Amino acid sequence: MRRHLRVDWRAGLSLVGTILAFLSLAFVVPIIVSLAYGGEDLWVFVASMGLAIAAGLSLRQLDPDPDPGAREAFMVVALTWLFAAIFGAVPYVLAGNGTIAHPVNALFESMSGFTTTGATVMADISFETHSREMMMWRQLTQWLGGMGIIVLAVAILSQMAVGGAQLMEAETPGPGVSKLTPHIAETARVLWLAYIGFTALLIALLYGLYLVGYAPNMDLYNAFAHGFTTLPTGGFSPEARSIEAFSPAVQWLLVPFMFIAGVNFVLWWHLISGNPWALVRDNEFRFYLGAVSVLTLVGTVMLFLDTALQTPETGQIGGNLERSARYAAFQIASLTNSTGYANMDFDAWSGPAKGLLLFAMFLGGSTGSTGGGIKILRWMVILKSLRREIFTTIHPEAVRPVRMNGGSLDEDAIRGIYAFTLLYLAIFLLGILLLAADAARVGMDLGTIDVVTASIATLGNIGPGFGVVGPMGGYLEFPVTSKLLMILYMWIGRLEIFPVLVLLTAAYWRS
Amino acid sequence: MHVVIVGAGEVGRAIAANLESSHDVVVIDQDGDIVDELTYSLDVLAIEGDGTEIATLQEAGVEEAGLVIACTDDDETNVVVCGAAKTKSDVFTIARVRRRTLLETWEGSQGAFGVDFMVCTDLLTAQTIFRISGLPSAQDVDMFAGGLVRMAEFEITSESPVAGLSVQEADRYDSLTFAGIFRDDEMVVAKGDSVMQAGDRVVVIGSPDSVSGFGDDIVTRTSNGLEEVVIVGASEIGFQAAREFEEHGYRPRLIEQDHDRAREVAEALPNTIVMESDATDTEFLAREHVDEADIVIAALDGDEKNLLVSLLAKRLGVDRTVAIIENLEYAELFETVGIDVAVNPREETAEEIVRFTRADYTEKVAMLEHDRAEVIEIEIGEDSALQGGTIAEATADLPEGVVIGAISRGGDLVTPRGTTVIEPGDHVVVFVDANVLDEVIEAI
Repeated sequence: MRRHLRVDWRAGLSLVGTILAFLSLAFVVPIIVSLAYGGEDLWVFVASMGLAIAAGLSLRQLDPDPDPGAREAFMVVALTWLFAAIFGAVPYVLAGNGTIAHPVNALFESMSGFTTTGATVMADISFETHSREMMMWRQLTQWLGGMGIIVLAVAILSQMAVGGAQLMEAETPGPGVSKLTPHIAETARVLWLAYIGFTALLIALLYGLYLVGYAPNMDLYNAFAHGFTTLPTGGFSPEARSIEAFSPAVQWLLVPFMFIAGVNFVLWWHLISGNPWALVRDNEFRFYLGAVSVLTLVGTVMLFLDTALQTPETGQIGGNLERSARYAAFQIASLTNSTGYANMDFDAWSGPAKGLLLFAMFLGGSTGSTGGGIKILRWMVILKSLRREIFTTIHPEAVRPVRMNGGSLDEDAIRGIYAFTLLYLAIFLLGILLLAADAARVGMDLGTIDVVTASIATLGNIGPGFGVVGPMGGYLEFPVTSKLLMILYMWIGRLEIFPVLVLLTAAYWRS
Repeated sequence: MHVVIVGAGEVGRAIAANLESSHDVVVIDQDGDIVDELTYSLDVLAIEGDGTEIATLQEAGVEEAGLVIACTDDDETNVVVCGAAKTKSDVFTIARVRRRTLLETWEGSQGAFGVDFMVCTDLLTAQTIFRISGLPSAQDVDMFAGGLVRMAEFEITSESPVAGLSVQEADRYDSLTFAGIFRDDEMVVAKGDSVMQAGDRVVVIGSPDSVSGFGDDIVTRTSNGLEEVVIVGASEIGFQAAREFEEHGYRPRLIEQDHDRAREVAEALPNTIVMESDATDTEFLAREHVDEADIVIAALDGDEKNLLVSLLAKRLGVDRTVAIIENLEYAELFETVGIDVAVNPREETAEEIVRFTRADYTEKVAMLEHDRAEVIEIEIGEDSALQGGTIAEATADLPEGVVIGAISRGGDLVTPRGTTVIEPGDHVVVFVDANVLDEVIEAI
C-alpha cells in the first residue's frame, strides 16, 4: 500500500458498506413476489440478500466511526453505485438462467438497471426463461437508481446528515442541488416522497385501465413493473416488445408520466406544496416543455407524411393522425429524457425521422430529474452564452451576465458547464471509436449509426439506439470488452463523469 | 403644528427653512456649532443632542409633536429615531434613507420600523432624472394599499381599441376604473361620457392584474428603441436611474469603469446594456455612437467628474445632458457652462418631505404629469365626507375633479361604482385634480 494517501479510504469504504447493507433490504421485494408466485427463485434472493448484508457489514468494520470529508464524497458515491451494480447482479448469476447468467452480462444488466439506462443483454425476455421475481428485480433496480441511491440513503440514514449535501451533489443529475429545507435529510425525503407519489399514481392508473378493460394485459404485476421503470426514466419492461405489447390507452398514459420524470423533482415538490408558479416560471421547465412539444409536432408530421411507414404489429401509420401522433409523442418523450421505452420498432422510421430521434437523445432531462444525458439546463446556458459571445463581439465593453430564472449565473459555473459538455461529447466520440474497433476485432458487423447510438445510448443512460441496438434488439452481440466499456459508460454517465473521473487521477489520492 | 427635525444637514436645514414660518419647528443635531448657528439664522428651536435618545426627543417635545422628520445622513439612525419617537407618542414619522432595500422592506409592510413615510434619496433623485429627461412616459406606474391597487398612465394610440370610445363604453375591464385623461396640456377628469382620443394619456386605477391586462390591450410601446439613453457611472443614483428607465420601457446604456461594480449592476438590470469602460475614452464613445444619444446622464461620484463627462458629451453633440451635483453651490455654475440640468439629491429630498407635510393624512401620493393631478391613498375616518353614503352622493358634494379609483377594505379590493358605499376604515385611492387638492383633502 502506498503511503501518504490523502484520502480516508477506510472511512469512505465504511460508509459505502453502510449504504450497501441498507440497500440490500430492497431484496425483500423480489422475495415477496417470489412467495406470491411459487418461490422458484426464493433461495436466490435470500442468498443475495445475505451476501450483500455480510459484505456491507464487513466493509463497515474498516472504520467503526467514519467521518468522510468533501474529498471522500466522490469515492463514496462512485463506489456505492459500482457496488450496488455488482451486488444487484448476484441474483442473475445465482439463478443461472439465460444469457444473463454470464457474470459480465449480469453486471451489464444490473448496471443498466441501477443507472436507469434500460439497455439489455437478455436474449429471451419472457417468463419461460426467467422467473417473475427475477424480472421484477430487474424493474426494481431501475426504480432504486432513479431518484438516486445516495439520496435515498441520506433520506433514511441519520448517519449521513452531515456531509449528505456533498454526496447528493455528486450524485444528482445536473449542476448543483438546491436545499429545499435546512436539513438535507428532509430535502432528500421530499424528493423521494414526490417520486414515490408519482410512481404510486401511475401504478394505480395503469391498473385502473386494466380494471375498466382498456388494457387487457396490464395486470397488477405489469402495472408495478412499468410503474417502477417510468418515473426513473428507466425503460426496462418484462415484455419483449416493450410498450408495443400494450393498448394505445396505456401508451398515451405513459407519455405524460415520462414527461414528468424528465422535470426537476424540486419543481414537482413546489407544485404539490401549493406553489405552482415555481414550476410555471422555471426557465428550464419551459424550455423542456417547448422542446418536447416542437419535436413531437415535427415527428408527428414526419410520420404522417411517410406513407410507406407500417409494420406488422402497428399497421399503417402514415396518413393515420392518431397513430402518427401517438408514436411520435411516445418516442420523443421516451428518448429526450432517456427513458428508452419503445411503443414500436422505431428503427423502421424514415432517415429524417430517425435523425430527429437522435437529436432528441442529446437533449437529456432537466436538472434534478431522473433523466440522463447532457441536460436541458446545460444546453440553455450554452445557447445563452453563445448569444452573449456574439453580442460582445460587436460591443467589446458590454458586461452581460447569463441569466437564468431571473438570477445571473456565475462565470465559473458557465465554464464548468462548457467543460462538462465538451468532455461528455469527447467521451461519446471516443466510445464510437472504441466500440467500432472492438467490433472489427471480433468481426462483428456493425453499421455506423449502430455504433453512434450504442455510444450515446449507454453514456446518456437511454437504452435503445438504432440498428442492432434498436428497441427490439439488444447489446448481447457485443464482445465482452465492449460490454465492459459500456458498463463503464453507464456508470460515469449516471454520475455525470466527474465523480468517477477524479478517482482516476493521481492528484485525488495524493495531493 | 409642532414639528421635530432630527439632523441639520442640507436636507434638514432646507426643510426647517421651509417650515419655520408656518409651524413650530424644533431641530436636533449632534454638532454644537451647527446648533448655535441655526439658532440665529432660522426662526426655530435648535437642540444639541442625539436624536435616537428618548430624553433628547422628549426635550424637543415629541409628545405634543405632529410630525417627526429624521433626515440625518445615516439610514440606521433615521430609522431608529422614528422607532424611538413612536414609543412615546403616535406622532407621524418621516425617515430619509439612501438604501432602496430599506424602502422596499417598508413598502412591503407600511409602518415597519415605526416609519410612516419613507423617502429614498437615491430613488427620488433617479425618479427626478427620469421625469426631467423630457422623454414621453410609456407607462407611469405606482402601487397603493400595500400592492393591492395599481395606478398606471398609458398613452392611447390610434390603433388602440379604446380610442374614440367614451369611458362608459370602454368600461368592460373588471376591477378597473378610468380616473383621468391628459390631452396635450389639459387635464380631463374621467366621466361616463368623456371620450378617449388617440394621443391622449389615460390614467387607470385598479387591481394589478386588471391594469396590466388593460395595458396589454391598448399599449403599443411608445419607446420603440428610438430614444437613446446613456447613463455614465453606476453609482447608486446611476443604478437607480437605469432601473427607472427600464421600468418605463426603455433600454438604457450604463457605462461603469469598475469591473466588479459593472458586473453587479449588469446582474440586477436585465434590460440595460452595461459597458465596462472609462467614459472619457473618446474612441470608446465614438465606437458606441454615444454622440447620437438623446440624453446623457452623468452620475459619477464627484461633481467635477460629472461636469467633465457632461461637457464632453455636449461637445460630441448630445442633445441633452443631466448631471448629479452634490454641492448645491455648484449647480448654478454648472448650468451656466452648458449643462442642461443639474440635479441635487439633497434638494430633491427636502422638497419631497416638504411637499408631504402639506397633506399629512394621506398615506401615499403619486404625482402625475408634472403635478397637474395627484393620486393619493387615504384612510377614511369617521368624519370623512365620503363615508356613509354611496359614491354618487358623496362625490356630488365634493368639488369637480375627483375620481374614486379603488377601495381596499380589510385587505380585499372593492371596485368603486356609483352605488358603492364607503365605510370608515376603508383605504381609498383617489385621483384628484391638483387645483382642488387642498379642498378635497380637507373634506375627506
